[in-house]
Amino acid sequence: MGISKEELVEEIFQMVEKAHGKRKLKASDIWKDMIKKHPEVDKKIVQDAIKTLVDAGRCVYTYFGGSFVEIPHEEAAAKH
Amino acid sequence: MSKTPLLDQLESGPWPSFVTDLKRIAAKKPQVLDLLGQLERSYQEKITHWKHGGIVGVLGYGSGIIGRYSDLPDEFPGVEHFHTMRINQPSGWFYTTAALRQLCDIWDKHGSSVMNLHGATGDVIFLGCRTENLEPCFAELTAAGWDLGGSGSTFRSPSCCVGPARCEWSCYDTMEACYEITQEMQFDLHRPSYPYKYKIKFSGCPNDCVAAVARADLSVIGVWKDDIRVDQSAVQAYAGGELKPKGGGAHVDKLDVQADVVGLCPTYCMSYDGKTLKIDDRNCNHCMHCINMMPQALRPGTETGAAILLGSHAPILEGAQLSWVIQPFMVMESPYDEFKELNSRITEWWAEHGKNRERVGELILRLGMREFLEAAELPPAPQQVRIPRANPFFFWNQSDFDAEAKGRKYYQTEGFDVE
Ligand code: SF4
Ligand code: SF4
Repeated sequence: MGISKEELVEEIFQMVEKAHGKRKLKASDIWKDMIKKHPEVDKKIVQDAIKTLVDAGRCVYTYFGGSFVEIPHEEAAAKH
Repeated sequence: MSKTPLLDQLESGPWPSFVTDLKRIAAKKPQVLDLLGQLERSYQEKITHWKHGGIVGVLGYGSGIIGRYSDLPDEFPGVEHFHTMRINQPSGWFYTTAALRQLCDIWDKHGSSVMNLHGATGDVIFLGCRTENLEPCFAELTAAGWDLGGSGSTFRSPSCCVGPARCEWSCYDTMEACYEITQEMQFDLHRPSYPYKYKIKFSGCPNDCVAAVARADLSVIGVWKDDIRVDQSAVQAYAGGELKPKGGGAHVDKLDVQADVVGLCPTYCMSYDGKTLKIDDRNCNHCMHCINMMPQALRPGTETGAAILLGSHAPILEGAQLSWVIQPFMVMESPYDEFKELNSRITEWWAEHGKNRERVGELILRLGMREFLEAAELPPAPQQVRIPRANPFFFWNQSDFDAEAKGRKYYQTEGFDVE
């Protein structure tokens, strides 16, 4: 039996958390990595897992010349 | 003395002025006074005072909000936050006045009241929202049946010409296609999962009133397969001056059919002997010139659909490009399954291979049309040739030898009718 949806969501969250401050991850970086690690999942399953994290506010989509998935953090441009 | 002498100059002259509009709004929205003040500063110093935000948005969505902050918040506190919201427009930009009033009421309540109809993607643009007002504004919009449009690395809000609602030349129902694809692409519209932006625009005929060929990655342009319909008696009426060319909108009052129509056909496929207008339809490239000049005499054929073109974009990584034909003809009828499947093969291939900020047309340039056509499962067709070959080398793949051994013909019509 493969990875459960809950486990996948947590694994993605950890991946995003680990990358925070070091590297910005695109949604495609995440699905490519997850499909490599868990061949039983597909792009749609990973995208739904990212959606679960974003809908819960645990991750956010950001835009810095391209769109990324990140841990919510303070907007640098909002600081005085 | 006025605080905005440079901006005031933009109120002179016979044209409508956005400065006048902003001053009118500023009477009830003080933040717009700060907007004028900051803009005047920018004009004086020749530098922008906007900072781009990258995080601000509404819960669950990764698009539709573009963060803007002032770098002079102490001086102009009203524009400390001045975010943009994109609201997905209805197909063909048809609104009732009640719908427009509803949008204005929501925006008066939650934002600066400054709006722009419409932005380049076609969305309604709300300019100037504070971060804490984004969610309440979004909630009220969605409760009233509106939704945010696309921004960032997403599928952008598709747009279309008015099509059959007002135009007899429309070769398919542009508005229905646009609506159907908007619904189909909801995930991709709101949740960035592409290398960069991706746009689809629907034009009902080759006049291409939404400029899909220049402004959309995937350009869907209505076209006909059979012959232009000709009413010879109306041709005579144009020749005799009873009918005005272009419905009265041409540079001449009386049409010289030979000089103004036949002589300007780009493929020289028309002839006129003073009595009968003949068209060699096999050589017509559907430019619309003759139909535009004599709309009561000529009409598109009845076997209609769309040509599918791919690749246009403004200069980002490569220079600007126009879309080019990938499928010369597709029947465009609800539920648009063939179109949806092709679109999905294109985006899958691009999402897999595209680099950050690389548009799909640029990826085709980098990896080659051959690789694209294989991934999109499109048969090669003469219409796909964008530029004649300039080098004598051709690299054969093993699959070519295998196909040749099985008797493949190099020129094939299977899949499309390229006749
Ligand atoms: S693109 Fe063609 S069909 Fe659409 S509005 Fe313009 S002329 Fe009419
Ligand atoms: S549509 Fe253009 S190419 Fe075709 S017959 Fe008319 S002028 Fe010629």
